[in-house]
Amino acid sequence: MSSTVPLRQMRTSMKARRTVSVGLRLVVALFLIVFSVFPILWVISASLNPTGSLATQTLIPANPGFDNYRILLTSGEFPFWTWFGNSLKVASITAVLSLAITTTAAYAFSRFRFNGRRTMLKGILLIQVFPALLAIVAIFLMISQVGDIFPGVGLNTHASLILVYLGGAMGINIWLMKGFLDTIPREIDESAMVEGASDWQIFTRLILPLLRPILIVILILNYINIYGEFILARVLLKSNEQYTLMVGLQVFAGAQFNQRWGIFAAGALIGALPIMIIYLLLQDQIVGGLTQGAVKE
Amino acid sequence: MSDRVSPPLPRTRAAALSPFLRLVFLLAVDSTAVFFLLRVVALGYYPLAAATFVVLVVVNVILLHRKAYPIRWMVVGLVLMAMFTIYPILFTIWVSFTNYGEGHLITQEQAIDQILAEKYLPETGRAYSWTAYKSAAGDYVLWLQDAAGTGYLAVPGEPLTQPQPGEAGLGALDEDGIPETIEGFNRLNTILATTDQNLPNILFGEAGSTIQIRSPKEAAELLPLYTYDPERDAMISQETGVVFQNIRGTFSAPDGTQLRPGFVETIQLANFREFFTSPALRGPLVRIITWNFAFAILSLLFNLALGLGIAIMFNERGFPFKKLIRSLLIIPYTVPALLTILIWRGMLNPELGVIDRFLENLIGWAPPWFTDQWLAKVAILLINLWLSYPYFMLICSGALQSISEDYYSAAQVDGASAWQQFWQITLPLLLVAVGPLLIASLIFNFNNFNLIYLFNAGGPPMAGTPTPAGHTDILISYVYNLAFTASRGVNYGFAAAITMVIFFIVGTITLLQFRYTNMWEEVSENV
Repeated sequence: MSSTVPLRQMRTSMKARRTVSVGLRLVVALFLIVFSVFPILWVISASLNPTGSLATQTLIPANPGFDNYRILLTSGEFPFWTWFGNSLKVASITAVLSLAITTTAAYAFSRFRFNGRRTMLKGILLIQVFPALLAIVAIFLMISQVGDIFPGVGLNTHASLILVYLGGAMGINIWLMKGFLDTIPREIDESAMVEGASDWQIFTRLILPLLRPILIVILILNYINIYGEFILARVLLKSNEQYTLMVGLQVFAGAQFNQRWGIFAAGALIGALPIMIIYLLLQDQIVGGLTQGAVKE
Repeated sequence: MSDRVSPPLPRTRAAALSPFLRLVFLLAVDSTAVFFLLRVVALGYYPLAAATFVVLVVVNVILLHRKAYPIRWMVVGLVLMAMFTIYPILFTIWVSFTNYGEGHLITQEQAIDQILAEKYLPETGRAYSWTAYKSAAGDYVLWLQDAAGTGYLAVPGEPLTQPQPGEAGLGALDEDGIPETIEGFNRLNTILATTDQNLPNILFGEAGSTIQIRSPKEAAELLPLYTYDPERDAMISQETGVVFQNIRGTFSAPDGTQLRPGFVETIQLANFREFFTSPALRGPLVRIITWNFAFAILSLLFNLALGLGIAIMFNERGFPFKKLIRSLLIIPYTVPALLTILIWRGMLNPELGVIDRFLENLIGWAPPWFTDQWLAKVAILLINLWLSYPYFMLICSGALQSISEDYYSAAQVDGASAWQQFWQITLPLLLVAVGPLLIASLIFNFNNFNLIYLFNAGGPPMAGTPTPAGHTDILISYVYNLAFTASRGVNYGFAAAITMVIFFIVGTITLLQFRYTNMWEEVSENV
């Protein structure tokens, strides 16, 4: 009997301590949220600020309007829609082809046994450790040489950019994909084989449908990476109408950044929005993919 | 059990058709590649030719050899990897041993051909007297007579001919043996001919033995200005007798005059020697390398500290608004990095940016983020923190959930404080779990070109460096400047040599990682 009173006191004090601790942590969370969201809010405000320059901006614009968007989307000097289209085109083609390359290769690594299999797997991983960025001078010279013979895949073409991106497709993603393939029991293939299915039929009719969820995650991660890629595109693309959105916005920001701040903000928001939406909608799947080693710069 | 070494027998029509399709495909690939090869060789791009040839042979083996069946599933990926990842790496290695760069872009043969094509007008030697004719359209022809009085008709771009009157539109010859008329052309009198602005610049006759007007009286055949002496590897001027010796890919005279163009030549370790010993470069390079490591390591520490801190604070099950907080906190990660960096560049603008205006009002000081080297470094670390902490938060909270509660209960029984629990249990276990990702992040930041280049292009610039360098430049952005900003002449060879040094650093870190984490073994187990 006598012990119940202290125990209750202890319980309430622990509860109080927990409340205080949670409260404190919520305050910290608030600070962090301000830190992480403020730049975005600031950009939204800038894009709505009719005067459009850095100096005149306040967090809540005096006469909000869509002038910046109008100027951005109708300007002849900076073909925003062309850039946006280029980015979507390059990122979609690369993501799909890269997925096809990885999936078929991972299937072979997972299902066939052949000499040099381990060596190849390790080799692929090792080669990809060297970032493509380092060989950028060589890539530039090579593409310019190839362009002397086939101008269609020379400098300033999307084809050359896509090819260079695809050159890096066989990397860590093969490991990831092979890991998933290994979890699909072999008995499934074997029973199909007994019924006379070819490897290709097993791959396309049986394995791919089973892999669909992870395929989508890898596709999206690839897409986001390519969409945000800047340096290779900057080096290989030369003319205004070939630029991807990232290169275009960088060039745009390079000249008279302070005066064009509002227009830039509008462009940055439109450019960032698709990716932000994808992320927030597919948070859990993407986080799953990330923690298993998928790449995101 | 089910290991398949060779392809299963064709069982379906599609499978029976496939060898035929494969041959057609191979034929198309081979013919394109052979065409490409021939052109590449003709243009003198030998490294590219060698790479194409090797890849072509391997592709043929893969598609024709039965045992290579499994490789066919990845042949496209392998070809692309070989051409666009492996070849550039090998090419970079080769370039690092050469003087490839501005003025040294073509092969020695091509450079010699170009230099040998240069002609000069000898002061003496075989000469002709000349008479000029001009058409209404402004075309010229010359009537030349050698010392013996033989007449020749010289037309630009065509061989000399010896027409008789009546042929080729020639009219009758006058007493000097010069045609009175040439059909379609008017004969110019001496005054018109000697005052004509165009005539002295026109090359008559076919390429290789061209004739140019030397004086009002004489025209003469142009001679090659240089001859090449393969034994001495030198060009000799026929006009002055000066010997231009091949020095590091340029034919140079003793007085320093150089013949253009230069050419690509292996210069062994000269680039590396310059990198390690040049006193002019040592200053900037030591600073760049120091900052490069400091940046990568500090970024990792700060980003990990914040990410881990957040993960621990909100890891508790049933924490209010957990999901919402996470969604808001990962926002920085969802914006493409390039846009983030440019946005921060705007916000940190010293006169106009929101942060500086706020600080100005608050404490009367607007930090010059772009012109002070230390503040520029702080700004870069701050931006990188904003960019990357959500990633660390995500991987850390994933890893935290995998640490068993039992450890903590046991520690509590032993009376360990929360602080001790963190250092003794959480941190070690977490580092094991996310170790490879941390190393990957370290390597990524070591080469985080985008951030450096987009924020301030490596600025503020260092004073008095032989090649442009800035206080926040890291090796890769310095390489980029060397290779692509032509203000002082691009130098691919030196850029490639630095790239090799970066390869070496990154490779060492990676190998150590494989060695000291058991990633390799894990990987091998799954194979």
